[in-house]
Amino acid sequence: MLSKDACRAIVLLAVALAVSPAAAGQGRDYISIVGSSTVYPFATTVAEQFGKTTRFKTPKIESTGSGGGMKLFCAGLGIETPDITNASRRIKKSEYATCRKNGVREITEVKIGYDGIVLANSKEAPRMNLSKRDIFLALAARVPAPDGGEKLVANPYRTWKEVDPALPDTRIEVLGPPPTSGTRDAFVELAMQGGCSTFAWIKTLKKTDKARFKGICHTIREDGAYIEAGENDNLIVQKLEANPRALGIFGFSFLDQNGDRIQGSLVDGEAPTFENIASGSYPVSRPLFFYIKDAHVGVIPGMREYVAEFTSDRAWGEDGYLADKGLIPMSAGERQRYAADAAALKPLILDDAGN
Amino acid sequence: MKKHGAMPGKEKVTAMDVVQKGLARRYRRERWFRRMGLAAVLASIGFLGLLFVSIIGNGWSAFTQAEVLLDIDFAAAQFDVDNLARANYGALVKKSLQKLFPGVKDRRQKRKLYRLVSSGAAFILQKMVMQDTSLIGTSRRIWLPADDEVDMLLKGYISRSVPESQRRLTDRQIGWIDRLIADGRLKKRFNTTFFTAGDSREPELAGIRGAVAGSLLTMLVTLLLSFPVGVATAVYLEEFAPRNRWTDLIEVNINNLAAVPSIVFGLLGLAFFLGVLGLPRSSPLVGGLVLTLMTLPTIIIASRASLKSVPPSIREAALGIGASKMQVIVHHVLPLAMPGMMTGTIIGMAQALGETAPLLMIGMVAFIVDVPTGLTDPATVLPVQIYLWADAPERAFVERTAAAIMVLLAFLICMNGLAVYLRRKFERRW
Repeated sequence: MLSKDACRAIVLLAVALAVSPAAAGQGRDYISIVGSSTVYPFATTVAEQFGKTTRFKTPKIESTGSGGGMKLFCAGLGIETPDITNASRRIKKSEYATCRKNGVREITEVKIGYDGIVLANSKEAPRMNLSKRDIFLALAARVPAPDGGEKLVANPYRTWKEVDPALPDTRIEVLGPPPTSGTRDAFVELAMQGGCSTFAWIKTLKKTDKARFKGICHTIREDGAYIEAGENDNLIVQKLEANPRALGIFGFSFLDQNGDRIQGSLVDGEAPTFENIASGSYPVSRPLFFYIKDAHVGVIPGMREYVAEFTSDRAWGEDGYLADKGLIPMSAGERQRYAADAAALKPLILDDAGN
Repeated sequence: MKKHGAMPGKEKVTAMDVVQKGLARRYRRERWFRRMGLAAVLASIGFLGLLFVSIIGNGWSAFTQAEVLLDIDFAAAQFDVDNLARANYGALVKKSLQKLFPGVKDRRQKRKLYRLVSSGAAFILQKMVMQDTSLIGTSRRIWLPADDEVDMLLKGYISRSVPESQRRLTDRQIGWIDRLIADGRLKKRFNTTFFTAGDSREPELAGIRGAVAGSLLTMLVTLLLSFPVGVATAVYLEEFAPRNRWTDLIEVNINNLAAVPSIVFGLLGLAFFLGVLGLPRSSPLVGGLVLTLMTLPTIIIASRASLKSVPPSIREAALGIGASKMQVIVHHVLPLAMPGMMTGTIIGMAQALGETAPLLMIGMVAFIVDVPTGLTDPATVLPVQIYLWADAPERAFVERTAAAIMVLLAFLICMNGLAVYLRRKFERRW
């Protein structure tokens, strides 16, 4: 039972708590980073290293997704907004415009390396050898009619063998990320669109009717052959183990960690290995970026040093600790160029930001 | 079964006969009813058991961690007294590994050898020297954490039988590991790091202390705000407020709020606490405020119910001997209702402890290495830590995720146990 004094103390404390924030929130002595969940494992590794080897505090990194990160990043200047955002795709023109409108005039783009997107299945099943065309035909909602005409039909393919006689006679069953995921965006853009561009008449649409082209190439079937398995890639790996007939779509680092249980399918004859992704011969890989809010450099302590750590060879180099975590490094020339641009805080120009 | 009536030879059906006839059926039905209830309880226990078995089965191994015993030579020449942080602590580890395996000469192989020891080992040595400079110039045998791959191999999560190209440890590395094990230099030891460290990207260095501290700070704010406000609201509504349309409206709203999905409170927190008031993002303060909003309805409803259960005779007796309304409430009604209020509060807090959705909106789903010490430090909470680890590619995080769930469950069991205890101990029946 509470005594009167105790009651009074609690009320006082509660009031103090409610009032205290007015004093808090002035200045921030750590870097605030938001953005892509794909870049998160790499950025956190750098942040931890940075926190341990320098006198600065360890940056705080939120995993908000590329789009969510851009929204926060471009909300304006000031300590309550993030200093850096990670992205698994380039900044969009619209996002760049929002940034400028809100006073975030100078941002520096740093490309950090590549991420391969793999299609993998359980070791118990034979390894698949797919072409991008196979992937498109197996997963698109509507595909060109099998008789070769220039019209679309609802995807009739049930088994891989129907797609391509060389493939095994198993049901098409693909576990992949939901539409909110950056991995899904990249997969659709690289694998599906690549496959659908192999049809000449669809390819010409790209110039004449871009919306229709995107509608054909980017729409994934919803009749149960493609199963949205959530954002958690570990879950997909587990499900693949339990179901050897299924294929899963996820980032290279998960294949890298689970090489004893699952195998990556060949795409256009190329295996998803570290070397093949780095050399660019594996076709389904995308660049990863982070963006620096230049106005915060010098205001928030440690930003220059964090960028230097990230762009050092011991981090993003071929033998760096990020390669250990599954990041595919850029070529030495590209690394040098981006490191120099980052150190000089070269601002991104609007026309640069295509797509 | 016959009952003998007054008139012999003629049978008369009495009410008792009807009862007797139906008795067997009624007993049977009751047995079935009881069995169904029991079956329901057993089914729930079964599911709970399944959950516990799977979590504990996955997680218990995280409480041990592979460690390597290395002879570290803190040779005086390497240290500059003025700048101890500058010394190359990584080299100390490498040197001692070289001494153990003098045959490894090739640069690539050397790198593979060094990789057996956690990258955090250098920082551990650095901390040791910074704390105790008398180490310099001596040679010590120190247990240092092994890499998470080694840990996984020792725990049997990496199979030795698969071809070399398919595992992350080469045959040569496994050979070194086997030698270390044979020499008694590589062992699974109790994983203290798990309880003393903050988050890390290296599974062998990751711990839950930061998340636990964040949870405690957040809960502190929630408790200090929601308990007094909730109790005061309940007392006013129950003891003072007139019954009219306004109080009805308030009551409906409170009941409604109790059922609102928690993410909505997160959105409110984002718009109001971060947007309008400009409170710091990712801080336990804002997290606590948001969770306060979430737990308040629970506390108010429980408190009102427990105020209602105090018999009117107590109030009347106190009023009868001349106590004022406030004296009645503070001296008599509140103490009697307190156990129920505390039970409701603890259950509300337990609910808040397991919440992640509203915290997503206010930036508490984040990688935070430093253990928070104040209400405005960036922090994360235990369920968020579990969520983040569940998403990590490294296999060693799987068991750590399960272990963190075990810790969270332990907290929840303690809180709910406390609620039951308080109810048992102080509850009064009239």
